[in-house]
Amino acid sequence: MNIVVPIKFVPDLVEELEIDASGVALDRTYMRLIPSEQDDHALEQALLLKERYGGKVTVVTLDTGDVDEALFTAIAKGADRVVKVLGEGFAEGVNNHAASSVLQAALKDIAYDLILTGTQAVDDLDGSTGPLLAARLGLPFVGYVTGVKQADGGVVARKEYPGGLVAEMEVALPAVLGIQAAENPPRYVVTSLVTEAMKTAKIEEVEAVEADSSGAAQVTRMYLPEPSERAEMIEGNVDHVADALVALLRERGLLA
Amino acid sequence: MSKDVWVVVETLRGEVLEITYTMLAAGRGLADGLGGKLTAVLLGHDAEILASTLGAADSVTYVDHAALADFTPDAYLRTIAGLVKGAAPRVVLLGYSSMGMDLACGIGIELDTPVIASCQTLDVEAGKPRYVSLTCGGKVLAEGELPEPACLVTMVPGGYKPQSGKKEGAPKVTRVAPPTALDDLKVKLKGYIEPEAGDVDITKESILASVGRGIQQRDNLKLAEELAATLGGAVSASRPVVDQGWLPTSRLVGKSGKSVKPRLYLALGISGAPEHAEGMRDAECIVAINTDEKAPIFDFAQYGATVDVLKLLPVLTEKIKQAKGS
Amino acid sequence: MEMTVAAVPTTDRSFYDEVLEATAQGDRLKLCLQCGMCSGICPHGFAMDYPPRSLIAALRADDFEPVFESEMIWLCVSCFACTAVCPAQIPLTNGLMARLKTEMLLKGKVPSELRTALENTRRYGNTLGESPRRRAAWASDLPTPVPIMAQVKEPIDVLWFVGDYASYHPRVQAVSKAMARIFGALEISFGILGPDENSDGDVQCLAGERGLFELLAQKNGRAFSKYQFNEVVTTDPHAYNVFKNEYPGAGFTVPVKHYTQFLAERLEQLKPLLQHEQKFRVTYHDPCSIGRANNNNIYEEPRQLLRAIPGLELIEMPHNRANTICCGGGGGGNWLDGFVWERAHTRTSEWRVKEALDAGAQILAVACPYETPRFEDAVKSTGHEGGLIVRDIAELLADAIADQGRDE
Repeated sequence: MNIVVPIKFVPDLVEELEIDASGVALDRTYMRLIPSEQDDHALEQALLLKERYGGKVTVVTLDTGDVDEALFTAIAKGADRVVKVLGEGFAEGVNNHAASSVLQAALKDIAYDLILTGTQAVDDLDGSTGPLLAARLGLPFVGYVTGVKQADGGVVARKEYPGGLVAEMEVALPAVLGIQAAENPPRYVVTSLVTEAMKTAKIEEVEAVEADSSGAAQVTRMYLPEPSERAEMIEGNVDHVADALVALLRERGLLA
Repeated sequence: MSKDVWVVVETLRGEVLEITYTMLAAGRGLADGLGGKLTAVLLGHDAEILASTLGAADSVTYVDHAALADFTPDAYLRTIAGLVKGAAPRVVLLGYSSMGMDLACGIGIELDTPVIASCQTLDVEAGKPRYVSLTCGGKVLAEGELPEPACLVTMVPGGYKPQSGKKEGAPKVTRVAPPTALDDLKVKLKGYIEPEAGDVDITKESILASVGRGIQQRDNLKLAEELAATLGGAVSASRPVVDQGWLPTSRLVGKSGKSVKPRLYLALGISGAPEHAEGMRDAECIVAINTDEKAPIFDFAQYGATVDVLKLLPVLTEKIKQAKGS
Repeated sequence: MEMTVAAVPTTDRSFYDEVLEATAQGDRLKLCLQCGMCSGICPHGFAMDYPPRSLIAALRADDFEPVFESEMIWLCVSCFACTAVCPAQIPLTNGLMARLKTEMLLKGKVPSELRTALENTRRYGNTLGESPRRRAAWASDLPTPVPIMAQVKEPIDVLWFVGDYASYHPRVQAVSKAMARIFGALEISFGILGPDENSDGDVQCLAGERGLFELLAQKNGRAFSKYQFNEVVTTDPHAYNVFKNEYPGAGFTVPVKHYTQFLAERLEQLKPLLQHEQKFRVTYHDPCSIGRANNNNIYEEPRQLLRAIPGLELIEMPHNRANTICCGGGGGGNWLDGFVWERAHTRTSEWRVKEALDAGAQILAVACPYETPRFEDAVKSTGHEGGLIVRDIAELLADAIADQGRDE
């Protein structure tokens, strides 16, 4: 089963987020970009399927910043090919409509049976890459997937619903699946293997076709939530906070 | 340009899912503001009875077909895309959910209609419909106008009380035939797998001590367990804790887990990202402990503190024991 | 278990051969007499399916798969007790155990908490996953200003290497603030790297991630070479150990002292400043990393400092100096408490706390950033809350120093 894993780089929420001077976008000056967590899961799921059924895993990403290390890490984990798509203006941020149109073109020369990508990313404002890409390619899409296995003529995907209920969906290939969580947590890769990949592996580069970003949301204002709408904060040290909470619980009759 | 608003109803095994009512509440306000009609779109098989809870809408469009008995992405996408193409409503609301997210983008690309995701509230200003969406794990808000002449919006819970979208009464139900053929489907339902029967049903607990990434190590779970036991409650968790295998999925609160409405929800080291928030934000009293003062959990907790949860738990447990006189 | 102990490997290249070659001074493994001193002194030896002696036996018997399966290798907390007593001076901790931990990492057999700590190191330069930009946040608005080297345009005397936990962990930040106060009182010209500082790499190295250690050494080494200073002083024994013993091999040699050495050298200047009586019975826990690890042998200087504090009564625990009982935090151990508990059902940090109480101590004095939180946890988990206070020597000294305007 040949699998393509598109990876999107998103702001790392560990860092403080700021709005830029335009007031409609995030300030990217100090922003750390990391692979979207669910895309890491998608890669892990792809590698698990490769281990089970054979085939090749190709990782594709748009060159939105410092992406090389993540690509070499993918190689060290077991990906066969890594492709970086270069394009003007990518560093300023790319919405998912544009990204999916770029990916659609980049995938023209890659043979695949299955595309796995994270079911959503933290900065999705115009839908998610997976279903947009599927629609552009004319492929079926199933999201919220937490397990995949091969079956006659396709795969069976485990799709999560609220309350922990799971639906098993039979999906004809080729198809796109949105991964919520891989069957195992993303594997650890020893640093020396990544360093080695940096020396021996090659990142393929392709030029992007013109991105079609129509269909994306118009943002007239981006902002951080107002402090006044927030919780009543209890100040002080642990003892003080604990005392305040005990009083609160007593007041609400929760200490009975 | 139409002024009508559509809501795509989500049902699962004979029940209407809560997000539908959030969308009806939002849709009602939007339709009234635009001066248009609110239509609920219901797909299913022998499921017309479900329309009786959709009274907040002016009418229900119901498509009955064996292939629509259960949600599958292909059949539902074709049907809804076909209906939308035919009627060209101003706004179509879908859930930012397992079902809605399988549909929205596909319909958007097929009909060349923009998609706005993760929307929390909608309103009308000077005759123009506007959205406010959550992004970056709930830490950033984005707002703007809904594009013309039409657009699709996926909604997250939290901006409206589902109660306000629930109205009994019989809205007018119009049965229509599937607009496109439903053969040669690429995705078929094989079956359902019930969730693991856990030792504890967290939806029935009145006090939950819920742990997130801030608990740091599996070893520290016992601190939460002691607190929960002292309070007569149970331990629940956010996704990262369950993904590591430290607690079974039966304890998961959130989008893919359970929705809980306890009297007291203690969010311990939980950031409060939307996927978790939607499972617990209706709790009567939410107390959040997180060292990050900017964590989104503080947006909907009633009380909060930025002390170290690992330090707080044993102290709190002890003080509660004393207060209870045990 | 029946095993043939072969001194000469078979003709095929075995795992034993690989380990011999890959481990620095690996040849010394051939000298093992199977005497068992290592297994006997190992704090977790009783819980290991294969304590150190049996590991060597299993290597020689070319029967190592069961060892990997048992995952017992993660019970090693790199405390150097085995290395210190081995009559054949085999590099057990640095060499064998670190190499075997690398194998476990390569096999993907690593408990998730440790994995997260290593991934955090890679991405953020600290094990806690905190933003590197906020590494010096603890130091803002202190009565003694803490200069950050990138903003200081002139040579300074002491480059103070702070470390991960001392920068980000709330309990240990208090120790850093105390240290700043002491530097101020002694009028030392000092500075910190702040956001330019990365994890020293000691625990990552001993946990088998040699490659990650080397990246960190390059980053810190380059940061050091940007500035002019006379010596590096650190409040972190792990940093001391790795700067002294591993950084030269990575291409960076800097003169380094543990803060207790630095202050002991200045005792004559420090002593008159220690005016507030601290009337307590205090016992001192020797950290492994500045003590028996690599024969670093810093034992007396911390005690000199404690004896200089007026009113303080210093008492010894039975396990002291080279015989210290590890707090359990080394070699990845700080993130393996859950794993260890499941197998050992006891904690070395709890033994230590009980020993301190038995010795009659009111205060357990420490000199390592992992120890304050670990021993405080152990005080609680043994039900002695309020019965034993854990303080870093820096905190005790700062408390004794004449009032300079305390920060909360």
